[in-house]
Amino acid sequence: MACLLASVLTIVLLAFIIGEILVNAWPAMSKFGLGFITGIQWSPNRGVFGVLPVLIGTAASSFLALLLALPLGLAIAIFLSEDFFPGPVRQVIRFVVETLAAIPSVVYGLWGIFVVIPLVQQYGAILAAKVGFIPFLAGPAYGNSLLTASLVLALMVLPTITAISRSSLVAVPYTLREGSYALGATRWETILSVIIPTAAPGIVASAILGFGRAMGETMAVAMLIGNSQRLSWSLLSPSNTLSALLANQFAEADGIQVSALMYAAALLVLLTLGVNIAGEAFLRHTQKATAGLR
Amino acid sequence: MTSTASTSPSNFFSDAGKKTSVLRLFRNHFLTGLCIALSLLTLVPLFSIVVLVIHNGFPLLSTNLFTQLPPAPGLDGGGFGNAIVGTLVMVGIALGFSIPLGILAAVFVNEYASVSWLASTVRFVAKLLTGIPSIICGVFAFAAVVMTTHKFSALAGGIALAILILPTILLTAEQALLGVPYSFREASFGVGATPFQTIWRIVLPEAMPAIMTGVMLAVARAAGETAPVLFTALFSQNWIKGIMQPTASLSVLIYNFASLPYAYHIKLAWSASLILVALVTLSNILAQVIFSPKHH
Amino acid sequence: MSTEEHVTSPTEASERPLELTNNFSPGESNFIKVDNFKFFYGKKEALHGINLEIPSRKVTAFIGPSGCGKSTLLRNFNRMNELIPGVHHEGDITIHGTSIYDPSVEIIALRRRIGMVFQKSNPFPMSIYENIVYPLRIAGQNTRSVLDETVERCLLSAALWDEVKDRLNDSALGLSGGQMQRLCIARAVASRPEILLMDEPCSALDPIATAKVEELIIELKKDFTIVIVTHNMQQASRVSELTAFFYLGNLIEFDDTRKIFTNPSMKQTEEYITGRFG
Repeated sequence: MACLLASVLTIVLLAFIIGEILVNAWPAMSKFGLGFITGIQWSPNRGVFGVLPVLIGTAASSFLALLLALPLGLAIAIFLSEDFFPGPVRQVIRFVVETLAAIPSVVYGLWGIFVVIPLVQQYGAILAAKVGFIPFLAGPAYGNSLLTASLVLALMVLPTITAISRSSLVAVPYTLREGSYALGATRWETILSVIIPTAAPGIVASAILGFGRAMGETMAVAMLIGNSQRLSWSLLSPSNTLSALLANQFAEADGIQVSALMYAAALLVLLTLGVNIAGEAFLRHTQKATAGLR
Repeated sequence: MTSTASTSPSNFFSDAGKKTSVLRLFRNHFLTGLCIALSLLTLVPLFSIVVLVIHNGFPLLSTNLFTQLPPAPGLDGGGFGNAIVGTLVMVGIALGFSIPLGILAAVFVNEYASVSWLASTVRFVAKLLTGIPSIICGVFAFAAVVMTTHKFSALAGGIALAILILPTILLTAEQALLGVPYSFREASFGVGATPFQTIWRIVLPEAMPAIMTGVMLAVARAAGETAPVLFTALFSQNWIKGIMQPTASLSVLIYNFASLPYAYHIKLAWSASLILVALVTLSNILAQVIFSPKHH
Repeated sequence: MSTEEHVTSPTEASERPLELTNNFSPGESNFIKVDNFKFFYGKKEALHGINLEIPSRKVTAFIGPSGCGKSTLLRNFNRMNELIPGVHHEGDITIHGTSIYDPSVEIIALRRRIGMVFQKSNPFPMSIYENIVYPLRIAGQNTRSVLDETVERCLLSAALWDEVKDRLNDSALGLSGGQMQRLCIARAVASRPEILLMDEPCSALDPIATAKVEELIIELKKDFTIVIVTHNMQQASRVSELTAFFYLGNLIEFDDTRKIFTNPSMKQTEEYITGRFG
């Protein structure tokens, strides 16, 4: 009956989505093959399509974002799972983090343009002048850069890491905490030696899922990263990601370019689905592990 | 180096390792301070966003925003009524597809066949779908609708949004149905009702508040999404004339106007942001308020 | 009178194993002294003016019906109740002359001197070895030989050595319920506490495991002062030399175990013993 149909339709939908993309990507896939992935040039006018710089940008921005968001997110998760402050204060912080999660990507982009870009330009120039011999910090310091996008991405990924880490920390049985205190441990000795190791798989899962989210984020990145196809070592140079590439080029693409973009989209789906499945599997595994402690 | 503790009983608890204890206690307090400092650090960007959105977006707030069209580049005056209508229309289309589909599928999974392989597959697929980046929804709608109809349209945008929110609605509905105590169904079956009647008359109405909360959150999210509608519904400077036409939307407006060199258009972008942020915050608060007392 | 070790420098502290400070004669009667002690959860008075003197190197049992305050009092000895927000106390508890609430007392040092075994065993999700050496590691003691010696000593004390000596690096969570509880006892004695507090240690165990733990308690009292909270009156009469009967937050009677169970002075004690309530 109708419910059965609806369920089947849902499954069919996923297949349909993947199918449509693959079908439309096929012309580009057959024409460029794996050279698409290793190619460095993306010039629609000349019919040359390679996404290596874009793939690197995707990986780099997501990784940087995670690097920033993981310690911060973990700190907040610990804050929310311990009783440094009474309940109402923790509720407020929780609400703040949830609100951060709900702000649309495009608003982050707008804010980034007017707040983060000037900051990065200013301090980036100083950094480049002082330590520009390090390839990662070589000038010139553009405002639209990998660094800018990564900073804002970190903010967007933070709520995911906080939420999942927090529930892992809270899931550690209270008796373990008690046992540690009774042995004369301080609060932080307990947190670092008992609670975090026990909750570690959940924290790792939050990092994996956060990474997946960062890869899929589009608008803020598109508005801040500079959309350059040039490979560069420096964080202060513009870059590009798969999703930003799609956002920028789809509207005016035609012919083989559309197919090439579909190919890129297929890659994005592969990457994000892969990471998400890994994260979910990890999460489920950790839930089973802590269940054994009760 | 030694002292006879028999004459100084107060040493009983503060002997061996007193100095290392001091180090441990100091480390303890230091880490607490660090943790709190880092947590408060995250408040800073949020405050910055909220303050800027309100400060820059508020001045232009008036009914004009809702009734007028955007000005030509470089000119002042005007609003984004077409963007608001466009967003509403596309979200409406999205809801039209995803609510029935999502609720029916959730009903199937929860009520009819909750342990069958089909149910687990649906749940798994729904979880996978939540992980799909929003831009892929746009890419799909582009391929499925724009390329086949040879035009950009609000319909395409609405379908992209539908795919975006469908998994959320499905999973929320499933949770809501799970939240209905089994005793309700027992009572209904006990008086001879069919499963369909039980679901339609008892279970669904009971689960509705939770489902509607989920829908509300999904609506807020969909209204703020840009990537799915960016190259499906495109943009327009005019009022929407039909669903097979491109249309403006609040999110794309922000994206487009943010990089324009015209101060007024930038202000419009901030005001649109204010509306979206207010919408999203409000629905979050409402969801908490409606949801928490009910859930024990 | 035995000699005592006294270290004053951090390096000495980390080199020497944590020694017993043993400066009292066995059986000293006022080892733990509870002095007109009242305890409050918020506004609710859970313990009303308890006066009690617990001698050293003996097993004292706390008995009484649910909610009578026996666990509450026990948990105050190592100030574990302070983990609960909104509690406060009046009166005092001194251990060998030092008030546990004295400002110079560090709680982490106090808790190292007092071992606690909980109702439900709570081994950490680490190896058996790491569980036992955890209290040593947090105190800065990481010397392999000292840790090895401690593990063997503690597992022998807990009558668990023979069963696990070949799998010290296996996860503690793989042990049976009774073994896990004995592991917790081993862990509790690792830093050579003076006192062992046991909060219904056998209530989650089967009869055979219970018997093993009770044997253990009788062995352990040679080296430790033990206070055990128990619901099981037969257990109290088997293992303890002194028994305190609590009811509704009051200490009703405290005397030799044999006297309590054969010829109690207070009527309420008699009613509880004979099962007329509780």
